[in-house]
Amino acid sequence: MSFVQNFPFFSIIIAMFSGIVSSVLPGKKARNLSLAAIGLTGVMSAAVLGFCLKTGESYTYMMGHFPAPWGNEIRAGVLEGLTALLFEIVMFLSVIGGLKYTAADVEESKQNLFYIMIDLMLSSLLALVYTNDLFTAYVFVEINTIAGCGLIMIRQKGRSLSSAIRYMILSQLGSGLFLIGLSLLYDVTGHLLMSPAKEAVALIEASGSYEVPMLVITAVVSVGLGIKSGLYPFHYWIPDTYGYATPAASAILSGLVSKGYIFLLIKIFYRVLGRENVVASHIVNVLFVFGIVGMIMGSLHAIAEKDTRRMIAYSSVAQIGYIYMGIGLGTQAGMVAAVFHIFTHSATKALLFISAVGLYEASGNKKDYLSLRGAGYRNPLAGIGFGIGALSMVGFPMLAGFISKLLFATSALQSPHKMFLTLIALAVSTVLNAVYFLRLVITLYRPAVSPEGHEVLEHAGGTKSSWNLRLAVLCFLVLNVVLGMFSQPIVNAIGQGLMMFD
Amino acid sequence: MSRRKDNYDTSRWLKFKKWVDGEVDLLADGMEARVPEGTAGREKACVPEGTAGREKALAPEGKAGRGEALAPEGKAGRGEALAPEGKAGRAEARALKGKAGRAEARAPEGNDNQARPKTEAMSQAAYEAVQEEELKKLPIFTQGYDKSVDHGLALFRKFYRFMSVLLCGGLILVLLWTVAYLPIFGNAGNPDNNEVSARYIERGLQETGAVNIVTGMILDYRAFDTFGESCVLFIASCCVLVLLRIDASSKDSQTEKRRKEAAYDRLYEPKNDIILQKCACILVPVILIFGIYIVLNGHLSPGGGFSGGAVLGSGLILYLNAFGFQKTERFFTEKVYRRTTLCALTFYCLAKSYSFFTGANHMNSGIPLGTPGAILSSGLILPLNICVGLVVACTMYAFYTLFRKGGM
Repeated sequence: MSFVQNFPFFSIIIAMFSGIVSSVLPGKKARNLSLAAIGLTGVMSAAVLGFCLKTGESYTYMMGHFPAPWGNEIRAGVLEGLTALLFEIVMFLSVIGGLKYTAADVEESKQNLFYIMIDLMLSSLLALVYTNDLFTAYVFVEINTIAGCGLIMIRQKGRSLSSAIRYMILSQLGSGLFLIGLSLLYDVTGHLLMSPAKEAVALIEASGSYEVPMLVITAVVSVGLGIKSGLYPFHYWIPDTYGYATPAASAILSGLVSKGYIFLLIKIFYRVLGRENVVASHIVNVLFVFGIVGMIMGSLHAIAEKDTRRMIAYSSVAQIGYIYMGIGLGTQAGMVAAVFHIFTHSATKALLFISAVGLYEASGNKKDYLSLRGAGYRNPLAGIGFGIGALSMVGFPMLAGFISKLLFATSALQSPHKMFLTLIALAVSTVLNAVYFLRLVITLYRPAVSPEGHEVLEHAGGTKSSWNLRLAVLCFLVLNVVLGMFSQPIVNAIGQGLMMFD
Repeated sequence: MSRRKDNYDTSRWLKFKKWVDGEVDLLADGMEARVPEGTAGREKACVPEGTAGREKALAPEGKAGRGEALAPEGKAGRGEALAPEGKAGRAEARALKGKAGRAEARAPEGNDNQARPKTEAMSQAAYEAVQEEELKKLPIFTQGYDKSVDHGLALFRKFYRFMSVLLCGGLILVLLWTVAYLPIFGNAGNPDNNEVSARYIERGLQETGAVNIVTGMILDYRAFDTFGESCVLFIASCCVLVLLRIDASSKDSQTEKRRKEAAYDRLYEPKNDIILQKCACILVPVILIFGIYIVLNGHLSPGGGFSGGAVLGSGLILYLNAFGFQKTERFFTEKVYRRTTLCALTFYCLAKSYSFFTGANHMNSGIPLGTPGAILSSGLILPLNICVGLVVACTMYAFYTLFRKGGM
């Protein structure tokens, strides 16, 4: 057994351990520890990815002295390594980018608690990615939910408390449904580990028994995780949550937390329920319809919105819709597109939230998007970051968003019944995306209005954000361009990783 | 708004005034008992000097025993307010509060920032203005809000209620319907009676060394999940800390208000409820010992860290309720809480990491299992149980104190 194979386990434990130790550290040390933990786990995930690409196969890792059906187990493959790596990069950059605001928004004595939440959030995301055990997944879903709630309410200003409560209620509903699904599944299969559970499910499907429970399990698990990731009709927690949390938390919640659940859902589809069974149960059609409605309605809401951050949050609803549409296509290509869009959206939405912070800074921290007039001149790097992010979301060539739209469109061609609807929804949603994102970008580059009502063309000096915010924006930009320009190896890796799931 | 308001005799304003003046006890009508501090000043003016004197004359009857016990910090006035025995008692409480309460309301400010004595008068005026505002938010003023004005909202509420009932009913029906198709409970041929549970039952004792199979399962076979579960408790208490801990350095008005409320809570104690204290004297040691027994014997008999920790935590809470924070803080402060949780979780983390690492790499962990049935047996399970027990007890106690006064 190669030493690299221990890394998934190490990274989960390191993240948890740094969270535990942070409880007695002062804020700054907790922050450094947290950043170090994210960086270290990132390196480890990269090593795991490299190892799996080299050997070309996945492996399971025993958590303890007992083999598969008896003890806990985690599993690593190409897709797990890639997702974990991307999550860590996005998380690192989000924390770096929001440092200043975290320090300002969070009370001094609670700084370390913020980083405890970040650490445990990281550990839960990693565990959701690497797990090979349904109950472990549930435990870490719980940690994820509570940590998310803490990240929202730690700001304790404006509507963050009420949005945290809303998030808590809906998340608990989702967790509850997920847990009900798991208990039903355990009742009919007798296994909690994914691989043996899948064998049992295959036997059940072959014998034709437990038809109703299997349908309900699929539905309840999908809907539960759908609620938690903000699928359209259950999205009402999203705008407040993302709009009122501290910027680092917004970026992490929108970029990573909902994606962790979607990744888990895909994993369960592949590794427990079996993709063919899920497609045969027509649950994917429900997800497909919800996804498409979400794509359109999220964009419409965003157009109606005046507050910049809530606008970006509503855009998340639309993007989650894209991902579910990809899953709903039910084909391998659709899944690849969905996973790629997970990456795209993580990188881009975090970029948007972080660069919006820089723009706010330059325009007096007003919520209304019209107050951002000319902010692109006042803070050039944040303006460019926001512009590129917006273009990527709209689907501009050479950027990540373009590739995922292309993948969605090509995968739609393979499923004849849904092709027409998918293509139309893609087109409409792209136009709607363009309406609100380009409106924002144009606002950024219109000359600001002076108090007397004249347009001011000269922007003396402009404000410079702190170095960490600029660094984060720059890295996110690079990440977006990399995802856009060198997409082929990533798409191949995703395909390979999904193959390993079977 | 409504016609009733025209009639002064039945108006809410008159009721409110009577209440402020201490003529009626609205507590009987289920009204909120807490009066904003601002009104206290007004009462002072309202209550004739004579009454205060009379109350003092009255007082010894009621207070004789209690007066001494209440003595520390001169909070007697507020302490008495707790026990309204009638109109007289009520009025007395108000009168005293008018003075004592006022003085106290000012005290923390003076202590906290002694640099601002000049601005105190100004801040006092601003404070009273704020209190006036708050007064207007009292239920008395909002109760008169006419809901029928907003037909759309009312209609939506009805629709919302109807739909939520429908949705819940639908979900319940679907789940019940599913349950009907599940394997019959307790049947020997059920899918969950497979090789997994068979091995837990048959070889659990020799593989984990724990007589109690459940403990062996959660702390050895599936220890990773249990570690996650302990972290759930840990992060939940962190979240409550985020929400409820009052930051001593913060200066904004909300924190100020919360700090005042916390101080308000402290005035109630020590309660010195003799019955409670005597009962606690007998019960607390028994509860704590029983909790420790459950934790330590977790691998031998039903129980373990989670249940034993809950018992320990409830024992601590009972002690706190009986004897107050001052006595509890002699041995259990925030520092103790943090260190205990840190040590327990760190030990769990390191010990299990070692075990996972050796297990996954097919090495021998070298931890002796001992003789099954002995107290020192079953390898790591005993120390892990202690860790889990400590975490659970601390979390329960922390929840209680945080909800009660926003600190430990």
